[in-house]
Amino acid sequence: MTFEPEEVMTVVAARALTDETVCFVGIGLPSTAANLARLTHAPRTVLVYESGTIGSKPATLPLSIGDGELAETADSVVPVPEIFAYWLQGGRIDVGFLGAAQIDRFANLNSTVIGDYDSPKVRLPGGGGAPEIAAMAKEVIVIIRQSQRTFVERLHFRSSVGFGDGPGDRERLGLPGKGPTIVITDLGVLRPDPDTCELTLTQVHPGVTVDQAREATGWELRVADDLEQTEPPTSEELRVLRELRSTLEAAA
Amino acid sequence: MAERLRLDEAVAELVRDGDSVALEGFTHLIPFAAGHEIVRQRKRDLTLIRMTPDLVYDQLIGMGCARKLIFSWGGNPGVGSLHRLRDAVEHGWPTRLELEEHSHAGMAARYAAGASNLPFAVLRGYVGTELMERSDTLAPIACPFTGETLTAVPALRPDVGVVHAQRADREGNVQLWGIVGVQKEIVLASARSLVTVEEIVDELEPLPGAVILPAWAVTAVAEAPRGAHPSYAHGYYDRDNGFYQRWDAISRERDSFQSWMEEHVLAGVGAR
Repeated sequence: MTFEPEEVMTVVAARALTDETVCFVGIGLPSTAANLARLTHAPRTVLVYESGTIGSKPATLPLSIGDGELAETADSVVPVPEIFAYWLQGGRIDVGFLGAAQIDRFANLNSTVIGDYDSPKVRLPGGGGAPEIAAMAKEVIVIIRQSQRTFVERLHFRSSVGFGDGPGDRERLGLPGKGPTIVITDLGVLRPDPDTCELTLTQVHPGVTVDQAREATGWELRVADDLEQTEPPTSEELRVLRELRSTLEAAA
Repeated sequence: MAERLRLDEAVAELVRDGDSVALEGFTHLIPFAAGHEIVRQRKRDLTLIRMTPDLVYDQLIGMGCARKLIFSWGGNPGVGSLHRLRDAVEHGWPTRLELEEHSHAGMAARYAAGASNLPFAVLRGYVGTELMERSDTLAPIACPFTGETLTAVPALRPDVGVVHAQRADREGNVQLWGIVGVQKEIVLASARSLVTVEEIVDELEPLPGAVILPAWAVTAVAEAPRGAHPSYAHGYYDRDNGFYQRWDAISRERDSFQSWMEEHVLAGVGAR
């Protein structure tokens, strides 16, 4: 079966979720990937949305983080101050799933502005739930397309903290979670180096070369010695993913 | 006791030029009808407060009602940009818009502090982000018991809080359920509050998990059937995801936005 770069990225993100994890899900690709995981290898994954729904099991893909189906299929619906205070800040979230407009070598994220904050070229939506998800979740999965525009030497704005300026920064800042453990792009997978915290290319998707990944990175990209190849999406993964996405298009 | 008013009366009575106004509803129960009435009454210089400005504030900002926006995530969920918000921030159209930006966790804590009559809330958050460096509504604070450094955010006490709910009884007791968001917090944090409802009923049938806002905690109740559309009212109608997707094209250009507002909002003057 042939597949699009975005499909392999979503499938790899879904695979990164192990069963029975409690996952705080942002809208868009993270929500698609988390639901794909739930409908394939990780049926007992608990999806938590920032609208206050805990344990949502939507049959169709939500467009917003607060679609009615997320509440109807949830184990519990709690007020928004509670979801952030008791459940996220309280340390109950295993995995936070985030996207962003820009990422740097230490996996810090920008979702606020392109250009200067006070007179921006592009005003992006802003941090939303991400700053505290990035701080509090036990670990963070980042999904982001890889290009010179998104993988930048210097963020235009630091909306959420990955590893700050390098090793030891999370501890110094008092951020309880481990930070980003995996960054999934349309070209491959990056993981922080255990010593330097710098994102390192550890895996490339089918048909992607290391040079392509290097060209799509705004800094000198480190590449793992034992670089792996992504297993292509299975026909079952693609079938479930396409079925999910068709439910979203049907809403238009 | 909550006054029962027509929506136009309620907005005229409660919302004044220059007020700080919070129209809340986290994706669910967004008070669009009340927002449209504010546009029709041409309120000006408002400080608009909302975690997710959503289409409702895109409309108010594009129609020139706002001077300042206090928010935490300003996009069209699952679709992309709020073009009118962007135009105001990037080009000052139709007027300059001052921003006070927070995270969701911070905004939720600020509402809860306001409802609790506290001057500020404390949370673990923002540390290491650029918001921390730029904002004068964020400050580190030491725990008086352990010395640990936390983050303080000032309470939000809007002049007016507006929410939508499923129903109210004739006394003005309000019942809402589904995603309850920050509806209770904003009503209790605000100096004056308006609740629009899908319907007024003789008696509120008890529902497990429902939030009740007692009549004595609400300033005014106004009936506004489908008053959350294109957001939704759980048990009444679904979110109009198609409209959220179409808004992208409607709002992209100033002209198409203005003609849509003329036709669908301003033409409704006095209709309620």
